[in-house]
Amino acid sequence: MDFGYQINPSSAVNLDQVDRRRYDALVRLSPDAATCMGCGSCSATCTSSAWSGMSVRKVLLGLQRGRDAEVNRMLSACMLCGKCTMVCPRGINTRQLILTLCRLDKNGEVVR
Amino acid sequence: MIYQGKQKIWADYQKEIPDDHWFYVRSCIRQNFFPASEKYFLVICRDMLGRDIFETEHHTTCAGIAYHCDTIPQETAMTVVARQFALMTEAGYENFVTSCITSFGNYCEILETWREFPELEAKIREDLWKACRREFNKPKYIAHASDLVYKFRGEIAERAKYRLVARATGEPLRIVEHIGCHYAKMFPHKGVGGAEYPCVLSGMAEAWGGQVIDYPERRHCCGYGFRQYHIKANRGYSLSNTHKKFESMEPFHPDMIITNCPGCPYFLDRWQYVISEMTGKTYGQNGYGIPALTYEELAGLVLGIDPWDLGFQMHQVAIEPLLDKIGIPYDPARKYLGVDEKKIKTPGLPTTLKCC
Repeated sequence: MDFGYQINPSSAVNLDQVDRRRYDALVRLSPDAATCMGCGSCSATCTSSAWSGMSVRKVLLGLQRGRDAEVNRMLSACMLCGKCTMVCPRGINTRQLILTLCRLDKNGEVVR
Repeated sequence: MIYQGKQKIWADYQKEIPDDHWFYVRSCIRQNFFPASEKYFLVICRDMLGRDIFETEHHTTCAGIAYHCDTIPQETAMTVVARQFALMTEAGYENFVTSCITSFGNYCEILETWREFPELEAKIREDLWKACRREFNKPKYIAHASDLVYKFRGEIAERAKYRLVARATGEPLRIVEHIGCHYAKMFPHKGVGGAEYPCVLSGMAEAWGGQVIDYPERRHCCGYGFRQYHIKANRGYSLSNTHKKFESMEPFHPDMIITNCPGCPYFLDRWQYVISEMTGKTYGQNGYGIPALTYEELAGLVLGIDPWDLGFQMHQVAIEPLLDKIGIPYDPARKYLGVDEKKIKTPGLPTTLKCC
């Protein structure tokens, strides 16, 4: 029946239904990913974030929420300059993290 | 934390509700949606519990609905509200109880605005005098009608004919409570339990034998949102919010929803039909919906008032499965009889949502 309006898809994240295989594989290969506290220093210093929307903090959060397409879009904007690695207060090698992530498909399998 | 400390903090979330002598103002839309609710609030409080609750036929809308739809400025709503206070003053009352959550929020907001800007109050007093030669005292206490039922919940439980338990299993019914946004989200200290732990409805449900269930979108808006619904182009947003709530509560298998706002039971009830027509999905058991009740209807049910006198035939979602579950007798032949016992029209049935 056409009522003249529709139900918009919800933006709520159901953590019980999220596919976290890629995040779990990342933590397995680069355990320091699990030590991120989401401070956002990496995003603040990122050269490309201002024009591309790249944010390492959002990449890690997106992985934990199963937002794979969004993560891939951000990763494609990274220039691997490594400034995020220099400012991380936890000493996470974020550059290495991104390179590892690019090798994983959405099922968490190493493909290259 | 030590027990006394917890008690002290919880005391800050409580409010002292006067026991008697209230001036009652009705909602402007509830009369059309669930007409028996306000009548049975008066029957329960006046006739059964013996409280003095006065209402006058001269009162009007509080204008909150137009204010929240952005169609009138607040000063206009203030003058309308000032007239309601004048009626209360003329009747000799000091405690003001509203049937509508938005009215409650509107009265609280206006009194708070007058406290911050006394010159505005003086202007409204002048405007009221020029318009209709009335003067008013501000109420000593403003409550929502659900505050009173919450206060009297023990007395109602003592007189209850039925308890909110499943007759077949003896298990308490699983109840979702939904509190109107304008109750405590605007002024947290005005609501029982504040904005974080509002217990005005959960207190009733538990006192009458039910079990309140928690779910992720418990404090989300019902979807009405005034300007979201009243502008048709935005109506999908209203529906989407309700859909989000139902998707969130579905895994907890609620037996019923109780509400204390005029809009919430309407939208939580009627949108179930719209969702079922759009998506083919229903949220109750065996193809039925989840009944959405007002707190007066629930109080009436436990007190043994006939379901058709309480106006359950005005609900979209069938109430019969719930009545069967509790064990409340009803006569299906009386469902669509008018006040003069003559048959009124029977509504058409939805294609997906099962109705009796």
